[in-house]
Amino acid sequence: MTAQGGLRYVYAVCRPFAAALQAQLTGVAGAPPGLLRHRGLVAVVSTVPEGDFAAEPLRGHLEDLDWLAATARAHQGVIDALTTVTTPLPLRLATVFRDDSGVRTMMEAREADFLRALDRLDGRVEWGVKLYVDPPEQASAPAGRPASGRDYLRQRRMRTHAQEEQWRAAEEFARILHQRLSERAEDSRLHPPQNAMLSGVSGQNLLNAAYLVPRADSEEFVELVDRTKDEAPHMRVELTGPWAAYSFTEPAVEPMPAPATEPAQPAEAGEQR
Amino acid sequence: MTVVERREVALVDLLDRLLAGGVVITGDITLRIADVDLVRIDLNALISSVNAQVPAPWGEPT
Repeated sequence: MTAQGGLRYVYAVCRPFAAALQAQLTGVAGAPPGLLRHRGLVAVVSTVPEGDFAAEPLRGHLEDLDWLAATARAHQGVIDALTTVTTPLPLRLATVFRDDSGVRTMMEAREADFLRALDRLDGRVEWGVKLYVDPPEQASAPAGRPASGRDYLRQRRMRTHAQEEQWRAAEEFARILHQRLSERAEDSRLHPPQNAMLSGVSGQNLLNAAYLVPRADSEEFVELVDRTKDEAPHMRVELTGPWAAYSFTEPAVEPMPAPATEPAQPAEAGEQR
Repeated sequence: MTVVERREVALVDLLDRLLAGGVVITGDITLRIADVDLVRIDLNALISSVNAQVPAPWGEPT
């Protein structure tokens, strides 16, 4: 691959794999992805036009939802194809280099990180679980017009109270669900709840979580999610995946050890060395 | 038990992962457009421009 007026878009880094990518696979900007091998790693790359992917035009494009959607889907298409033949380490959307040599330099600089992450994620997939709370029903509830101002206020108080109750129950269910699923996963991440306008989905998104699960345990995990679906009224559980481990490319942040200034509990009696 | 297999991935689910997940490469060797901040800022701008047009569907939970 030579750079001919094009930039290098990098989708993922993998360990070398034997299988071929689907012949008709196209990536971002319509070009077929290829493999760029460097030492013990392979970068999956394609050529993208400088006119769209250089810093300035890209900045503009990223605010265009249609462009963003098409690019994200093309990126995902390549990652999806990779997951059928290996466990890819996906890169963030729009990771672009001037040329192959830039990609190689990056691979060399990050080699140890990549190998560690690939080991950690090998054979794992990501499952997305979202919990929605139905919008309160009483919008249409009051059968008649309140007879008086006092009636109106009373009805309103009751509505507010019912909403608070429903919300509290939903938060509790979200907490329990997350805890239960985390116990069956190697790792988990909480994404911010989704905006209903962007998702076009009814109800309020309370939990938007990702779970890292070995492929071999996935069926069990999916069944567990499925069983929770009918547990709570006015709530909806949605499962997505399996995804490449997008949400787990960074290792979990270890809980901070006790601060050095506070000589807390004497380390467990027998921390032998 | 039925497992709903969704082939059409929702864009928001994709963006949760592609704009907030994935390995972030930074450094002089890149064009600096892979930088996390750029993408985050742009997504935030996108979301806030959508939000500005639409009030929250539900009042504050507390």
